[in-house]
Amino acid sequence: MSSYTAAFRVWRGDADGGELEDFKVEVNEGEVVLDIIHRLQATQASDLAVRWNCKAGKCGSCSAEINGRPRLLCMTRMSIFSREETITVTPLRAFPVVRDLVTDVSFNYAKAREVPAFVPPPGVAAGDYRMQQIDVERPQEFRKCIECFLCQDTCHVVRDHEENKASFAGPRFLMRIAELDMHPLDAAAGVGVDRKKTAQDEHGLGYCNITKCCTEVCPENIKITDNALIPLKERAVDRKYDPLVWLGDKIFRRTE
Amino acid sequence: MATGTEPQPRTGVHDASRAAITARHLRTDRWWLAPAATAAGLLAFVVYSTWRAFANADYYAAPYVSPFYSPCLAENCVPMKDGPNWAIFGSWWGLSPALLILIFPLGFRLTCYYYRKAYYRGFWASPPACAVAEPHKTYSGETRFPLILQNIHRYFFYAAVPVAGILTYDTVLAFRDETYAWGHMGLGTLVFLVNIVLIWAYTFSCHSCRHIVGGKLKHFSRHPVRYRLWGWVGKLNARHMQLAWASLLSVALADFYVYLVASGAFDDPRLF
Repeated sequence: MSSYTAAFRVWRGDADGGELEDFKVEVNEGEVVLDIIHRLQATQASDLAVRWNCKAGKCGSCSAEINGRPRLLCMTRMSIFSREETITVTPLRAFPVVRDLVTDVSFNYAKAREVPAFVPPPGVAAGDYRMQQIDVERPQEFRKCIECFLCQDTCHVVRDHEENKASFAGPRFLMRIAELDMHPLDAAAGVGVDRKKTAQDEHGLGYCNITKCCTEVCPENIKITDNALIPLKERAVDRKYDPLVWLGDKIFRRTE
Repeated sequence: MATGTEPQPRTGVHDASRAAITARHLRTDRWWLAPAATAAGLLAFVVYSTWRAFANADYYAAPYVSPFYSPCLAENCVPMKDGPNWAIFGSWWGLSPALLILIFPLGFRLTCYYYRKAYYRGFWASPPACAVAEPHKTYSGETRFPLILQNIHRYFFYAAVPVAGILTYDTVLAFRDETYAWGHMGLGTLVFLVNIVLIWAYTFSCHSCRHIVGGKLKHFSRHPVRYRLWGWVGKLNARHMQLAWASLLSVALADFYVYLVASGAFDDPRLF
């Protein structure tokens, strides 16, 4: 395997404007796109801004768009591209740009704060939580999330409609609600928090039209749509749109 | 007065706060292929099923009844010996009896979580593909009428189960010959068998089914039987898309087979 020179187009600019800038840059065997961005920094564009940290696909910092697809820079191998093609790297296009490849993802932190936290079960001390594996394995899948926000970036509800940001939590945080609602020890219902109902009423679950882009881009391969969003939609139906379930809950005094 | 040259408000990926990139998307792969193929496949089925549903002819050739006409609920149905003939709708019903029953499988598929993805992408371009900007100025998803009705999917699932049960009965009846003698099999019997297996697999792989059998529970450990069922349905559910297409194709083929035999274009080869 030999080194070669690749053609890169990288978006340079800030909130006032910017453009795609062309580069020719050396590529070596085994490298990922983040390596190439670092080589650009080292050799041709010392002021190129890029957010990164672990280089192992676990910190979720280096999210960007490569040839128009939301990806982690550190987990995208150069070997998936042909040597002839021009590789375009841009910042995430759903969030405000700060500079070059860095975006302001504070929308996600605001949405995270809107989700009511885990409610400990009454009468059980923190160290005494006991759960069976089959009860926690569903929410455990969602704990793999590294919060790269690629799902938030690709979701057309906010990507294509800035005005929906106020009322839509996005797939990452709807998945968080599903995780808590499936948690065997979460006692939110006991303190008057109905996660199923509020997912629809307050966090915009109804905006999701289950087109699965969040699942397609997830670097942790979490089945966000099938295992979190659709089950949460079904749970919301139990609360809001299914009179038989409502009647059954009343007759049998079911709370969960 | 609008002149058509006023600057349009910048929204979505062209919002003023976002990176200034004029292109709607920068994807270099053939992202349009999947939605185009999906739309073409669904459109072909819609055209075919509309023709067959309104045709009101060539839907019964002993011992086979087209799945589009089963159960046959009107008085104007062709008599089918021991078949699903229930004249609930009297002589006043002058249209094709298929229209009376197809509403249920149609509703089941129309509100299905997979088909929703397929037609939202393929027909409505919402979005056409991931990270490809959609053309619509506003978006309210499934929060308002009529799309809020997608939430009744489970009721169509409930209706789809007895319909699949009747199609199973039709498959059993297909083990007769054209004189209604039992213990025979033709090529059509095989077509019906494949179709009913795919219909049941698609029905049980439904996301609402997965929720009903166990997904709604908070503690699987207290419901071991439902947990087991949820696991089985989950395995099918992972292939919901494939089953949706396979069963759509098989039901159309089963109907077309009956059409060929009933219209005299083809003789059902008898295996025994």
